[in-house]
Amino acid sequence: MRISALPLAVVAAALLVIWVLAAIALNWQVVADAQARTGHSPDWQAMLGLTLNHARPLLPGPHQLAEELWRSTVMLPVTSRRSLVHHAWITLSAALSGFALGSLAGIVLATAIVHLRTLERSLMPWIVMSQAVPVLALAPIVIVALGSLDLGDLWPKAVISAYLCFFPVTIGMARGLASPDRLSLDLMRTWSASRVQIFFALRLPVALPFLFGGLKVAMAASIVGAIVAELPTGAQAGLGARLLAGSYFGQTLQIWSALAMAALVSATLVGLLALAERLIARRMAGAA
Amino acid sequence: MSLLLAILLLVAAGFAIHRLARLEGPVLGLAAPLAFGATLLALWEFLVVANEVPMVLLPAPSAIGARMVASAGILWIDFNQTFLKAVLAGYAIGCLGGFLLALLADRVPFLARGLLPLANLAASLPVVGIAPIMVMWFGFDWPSKAAVVVAMTFFPMLVNTLAGLAAAGRLEHDLMRSYAAGHGATLWHVRLPAALPFIFTALKVNAPLALIGAIVAEFFGSPTAGMGFRIATEASRLAMDMVWAEIALAALAGSAFYGTLALAERAATFWHPSHRP
Repeated sequence: MRISALPLAVVAAALLVIWVLAAIALNWQVVADAQARTGHSPDWQAMLGLTLNHARPLLPGPHQLAEELWRSTVMLPVTSRRSLVHHAWITLSAALSGFALGSLAGIVLATAIVHLRTLERSLMPWIVMSQAVPVLALAPIVIVALGSLDLGDLWPKAVISAYLCFFPVTIGMARGLASPDRLSLDLMRTWSASRVQIFFALRLPVALPFLFGGLKVAMAASIVGAIVAELPTGAQAGLGARLLAGSYFGQTLQIWSALAMAALVSATLVGLLALAERLIARRMAGAA
Repeated sequence: MSLLLAILLLVAAGFAIHRLARLEGPVLGLAAPLAFGATLLALWEFLVVANEVPMVLLPAPSAIGARMVASAGILWIDFNQTFLKAVLAGYAIGCLGGFLLALLADRVPFLARGLLPLANLAASLPVVGIAPIMVMWFGFDWPSKAAVVVAMTFFPMLVNTLAGLAAAGRLEHDLMRSYAAGHGATLWHVRLPAALPFIFTALKVNAPLALIGAIVAEFFGSPTAGMGFRIATEASRLAMDMVWAEIALAALAGSAFYGTLALAERAATFWHPSHRP
């Protein structure tokens, strides 16, 4: 897709203005009440400043969020328990482990489905239906069950990420592996290519764009999985734990910064995948 | 001994499914997947009972079924709170909102070119994380859950509708122009029907998303009812049969929701090539 800078900038700027106005509107009542209690009645200019700099705002101003992000990532040492980098890494490591596990399972499953008709007929409907199950609701169960097996903190979360990951990869990969047309398959057969040769020379290269489409969805899902997996168990560290703690103690800036961090990590990883996809596509176009 | 029996059962079921997989047709075609599901359930029940797996790890399907029957009243209260209130309200608002904004963006190309990159970006963000903020803004009851559902369903609908509105071919456009049809008539007679498959894709993608959003949002605080609330509290009491009963209910609700949409899609887009035999 061609990115057009001007419309994007205008829409983004409009959203920023809406954000600031909403922050003023949402925080107005809280600030006004607090000022009334102390007997002050500031004029509207002072009120604007106060609403945008409240310590526990319903919606922080953009500069407050940027400040908080800067403070909790750059100003604090990475090893500190209050450093957002530390928490992001804990969530990210679980998400990436789950992503690797789930994608691998998805690719293997798709390969089996494309080659065995029985599997396609009997398994595929269940794979589709497995997504109608609100998977994240399984998180407490997996955490409790795997927690009793003494696997450490990482793997229960990774399993939930993996469950979310496998579906888009399986579907994308299966569609991709089945996408070569009759002509190409017949051509391979006239060369008396074996199933393995057909797989590596024809099916796999053709399936790559589909695979990357699935991987990008899976990457975003793995982050969601890791964050939600931290919620029901009262995890001590991680972005999900920051969200939960912030929600309990009314530390809204903490919630917003954890959310912004999660968005940043997720968007970066998906962007990296898109980059890898483009590089591989260019290599393959050069080789052909 | 039990392992041997389980393997025998699996092999026998495997052969049966292999034979069933050759059956064709709208009803007979269901035989293989149904047999597969039944095998899975039987294997689960068998392994749990034979190995005396503790309830905390994994309750048997029969125990879950018994719990569902015994706690039908509680399940209904939770279903009412989470699905009938939060999910349906949020789903309707989110999908309608995304659809209407797509129509507007389609009318104003400048807006579409600015919105689309942002909407695509939103697809890679963990949107469900806004749950604690929505609970803070809208309180503990269902409106906060509905708000999370709105945020989760909005962007897929926006992106898909925009893609669908661009799907009608050049020829159809030219034909409508030669009829001197305006924007509205072209939209209604050509472009919306052409966009229907895309819109239904978004509706189907959004169905499980909505359920997930509402359940996860309840982890951040809810009145003393709701599927997410029950799952979180019963899991911390290690009453795993109740947790599984809620999961089974959620799975049933999610599948029924999805299935209804799939049927509606078949009825509304019967002309589409993918439905022809």
